[in-house]
Amino acid sequence: MRYLPLSDTDRGEMLARIGVKSVDDLFADIPKDKLLKNLIDLPRRKGEMEVERILSRMASRNVSASSVPFFVGAGAYKHHVPATVDHLIQRSEFLTSYTPYQPEIAQGTLQYLFEFQTQVAALTGMEVANASMYDGSTGTGEAVLMAHRVTKRRKAVLSGGLHPHYVDVVKTLSDMASDDVVTLAPDVSATEDLLAQIDDSVSCVVVQTPDVFGNVRDLKPIAEKTRQHGALLIAVFTEAVSLGLVQSPGSQGADIVVGEGQSIGNALNFGGPYVGLFAAKSKYIRQMPGRLCGETVDADGNRGFVLTLSTREQHIRRDKATSNICTNSGLCTLAFTIHMTLLGEAGLTRLARINHANAVKLADRLAGVKDVEVLNKTFFNEFTVKLAKPAADVVEQLAEKGVLGGVPVSRLLPGAGLDNLLLVASTEVNTDDDRAAFVAALKEVL
Amino acid sequence: MLNRQGRPSAPQAHGVSDPAAGMGDEAARLQGDASKAGGAAGSHPTFTGNKALAQIEPLIFEIGHTETTGVDLDEPDAFKPRLGGLERKDAIGLPGLSEPEAMRHYVRLSQMNYGIDTGLFPLGSCTMKHNARLNERMARLPGFSDVHPLQPVSTVKGALELMSELARYLVTLTNMTTVALSPKAGAHGELCGMMAIKAAIEARGEGKTRTVVLVPDSAHGTNPATAALIGFTVKPVPAREDGWVHVEDVKKLLGPDVAAIMLTNPNTCGLFENQVAEIAKAIHDAGAYFYCDGANFNAIVGKAKPGDLGVDAMHINLHKTFSTPHGGGGPGSGPVVLSARLAPYAPVPFVTVTDGGEPTLVEHEEDAAEKPFGRMTAFHGQMGMYVRALSYMLSHGSDGMKQASEDAVLNANYIRASLADLFSQPFGDKPCMHEVLFDDTWLKDTGVTTLDFAKAMIDEGYHPMTMYFPLVVHGAMLIEPTESESKASLDLFIATLRDLAMAAKKGDKDRFVGAPYHAPRRRLDETRAARTPVLKWTPPAPVAEAAE
Repeated sequence: MRYLPLSDTDRGEMLARIGVKSVDDLFADIPKDKLLKNLIDLPRRKGEMEVERILSRMASRNVSASSVPFFVGAGAYKHHVPATVDHLIQRSEFLTSYTPYQPEIAQGTLQYLFEFQTQVAALTGMEVANASMYDGSTGTGEAVLMAHRVTKRRKAVLSGGLHPHYVDVVKTLSDMASDDVVTLAPDVSATEDLLAQIDDSVSCVVVQTPDVFGNVRDLKPIAEKTRQHGALLIAVFTEAVSLGLVQSPGSQGADIVVGEGQSIGNALNFGGPYVGLFAAKSKYIRQMPGRLCGETVDADGNRGFVLTLSTREQHIRRDKATSNICTNSGLCTLAFTIHMTLLGEAGLTRLARINHANAVKLADRLAGVKDVEVLNKTFFNEFTVKLAKPAADVVEQLAEKGVLGGVPVSRLLPGAGLDNLLLVASTEVNTDDDRAAFVAALKEVL
Repeated sequence: MLNRQGRPSAPQAHGVSDPAAGMGDEAARLQGDASKAGGAAGSHPTFTGNKALAQIEPLIFEIGHTETTGVDLDEPDAFKPRLGGLERKDAIGLPGLSEPEAMRHYVRLSQMNYGIDTGLFPLGSCTMKHNARLNERMARLPGFSDVHPLQPVSTVKGALELMSELARYLVTLTNMTTVALSPKAGAHGELCGMMAIKAAIEARGEGKTRTVVLVPDSAHGTNPATAALIGFTVKPVPAREDGWVHVEDVKKLLGPDVAAIMLTNPNTCGLFENQVAEIAKAIHDAGAYFYCDGANFNAIVGKAKPGDLGVDAMHINLHKTFSTPHGGGGPGSGPVVLSARLAPYAPVPFVTVTDGGEPTLVEHEEDAAEKPFGRMTAFHGQMGMYVRALSYMLSHGSDGMKQASEDAVLNANYIRASLADLFSQPFGDKPCMHEVLFDDTWLKDTGVTTLDFAKAMIDEGYHPMTMYFPLVVHGAMLIEPTESESKASLDLFIATLRDLAMAAKKGDKDRFVGAPYHAPRRRLDETRAARTPVLKWTPPAPVAEAAE
């Protein structure tokens, strides 16, 4: 077996040194009747070619985003990732290293985490950011728990514009922890009255912008009211590129900002691995979940970086920890920070303008199609359209014509009576030809 | 600094002249850092502070500019924004680098890291085994990497097939009923398993009364943190002098208030829990569930099946047992296998296979035949890790996976037997599983601590073993060589540890207490980092202001 260096001669010599007759003598603590005598009923070893053949066949049964006009979003976005990013994250020293517990030989990881934290803090307009969460949805669940620790209250109010899967993740965690959650009805037009929900019993209000229907929301009035009642505003985003063009949540008064970082540096990957971004006001730092990297000096006085404030964490505090999180999204964090460094402010803001421009062009073209109504007054790179028939059927028919035309709202919210609504996203990858193909296919289908 | 710009370096001793004179403030400050590093090297300091291949690299904020970009994009034609007046008006403060600058920055950073590909990485409990590049190539096939989690199901049949095949492998290897694939990492898997247990208990109407979870003192910190996160009270199972959890200790704690035990097996002391069957029976007799922390499943794949041992739920760290890369701290992946008693509560989304048919995706609780407890994450979990793990399993096969477990255990015992005369074993001289645990009794009166010893290993070119864990052993040193090491590699490692041990016992303290001497950094001041946290870069104060 190509991955196992020991020869049978080696094994024999080693058993002799240990002083046992067979390797099973080393497994003597397994109850005799539970020690497997035969091989498990699965295929035997395979060479590289054969494995590649099997997995390539499976992969070929999927339609990849780059192969068709592609307009699917709703929490994960198709963006162009520079070749440099994927090359660098595959460097052995990044790919095969561990969580940087030995900082003297992990300064590479620690320095990019420090740079990542600085980038995320700047992007969100917050004072501090951590070294990442698993993804945006789990980060949102953790943000709610953090708000409960800060406010010593246990009731979260979730906007009807929050991604329904994020709502489900928060509700699952809150139900299990016996915390209260108030979920507002799906809010397609961003007209819900969140302010009416905020009183002195509320720990936090969770608002997504741009929201799941694409609306860009003004957080300032919500921030004002939460502040008056001693509650926290948790601002959520699922499209990190939007932060290049839209006012940052921090500048609008958010207390915690959490979101999905997949858009920058990371592939779609059928939903994971992604990278959760998590930032907050610095006064809450000791209640934050996740790893934090901090600057210090070494014994020679040289600048260096270490994981710090670990007294919040599970390996020290055990059942009193701020979170159970251990591993985060190291390599996805690296992909994010490399892509962000390549973009820089000039590149990010231009990328965001291109995304917005492409979405505006698409919205204008779709609005001209009979039986299609664009519902959004505001949007960044995704918006909701109303069709004359169920969007789920339309999307299937579009797929048959080689266009992946968006996400039916009914896929996220079955039974909500929103079956004719379709979420459509457009990024820098879309061309005029893509838009023309979408419009033509849609006309045929409707 | 200067020779990067093409000028000759000036290899003079610092203090003799001031080559930094005339540099900008930023350059001078970087130079200051560099010169100290050069001084520490001893008799041949360099002008730059670099030491040949060991390059000092500033932060992107010190070398980049907000107007620089390494990505060529065309500005869009003029259009009317639809942002409702919420356009960003302030600058963000994100520096950019051109592509060659970025490449060099990150390559230099990488050269300050130790990875499995660099050398032996005996980090106990973490399983730093070889990461095959075939798995990376497979995960990057566009049919897997460039597929959206919400595109029509008819366009992702291969993705569902892969998930269903991975599930079949995991269920077969463990003899369990089903698997929840979606948890994002080991700790997330623990949370998923404990949520399934809580849901099962609530379904029995005992949610208010069964509130205690038993956790041995030797457990990973994630176990008690997970149980506490969803409202359980944690009760410790005391450590024993032989390193095993004893069934009578568990029985003493059992009662109608106990929901579950969280037991790591093989345990964190490197031992297989030899009373696991009796413990499982006692737990079940008391109406509780057996959660197994599967972090160490890699020791027994193909040798024993957790389902045969009475386990109700166990997470599997794909990034350990099935060698998906650790990536400097993630991404992980923590699927949870479940027994028939817990299978109905598995969270959405999941893939099911009806007889002979195509795998079907179930995304909503109301579409499920059973009683899912909810949702762990936005999408389908770590698809990229599923591909890598299945690629590993297909490559190894049932014979290779069994051999890998045996070799991992053999390697650990070879180290144990080769160091037993010099190092002290807390639980006596007996076989271990895939990792061997020593304590620091043998270092008594040497003035050298476990930490010092570990840092001296860095100078010898090794990543240290896990230190001070498990907590039940004083000055613990947990060594896990994995199956990826050759005998020659182990022999050199053993010889090195023996040499270090004899030096420590001989009183050569300097080699340890100041170590590492040869790493990119000397020991770092962690107290300072925690007392005055600096968690992001801030622009340096102007010189005039700083002087006040």
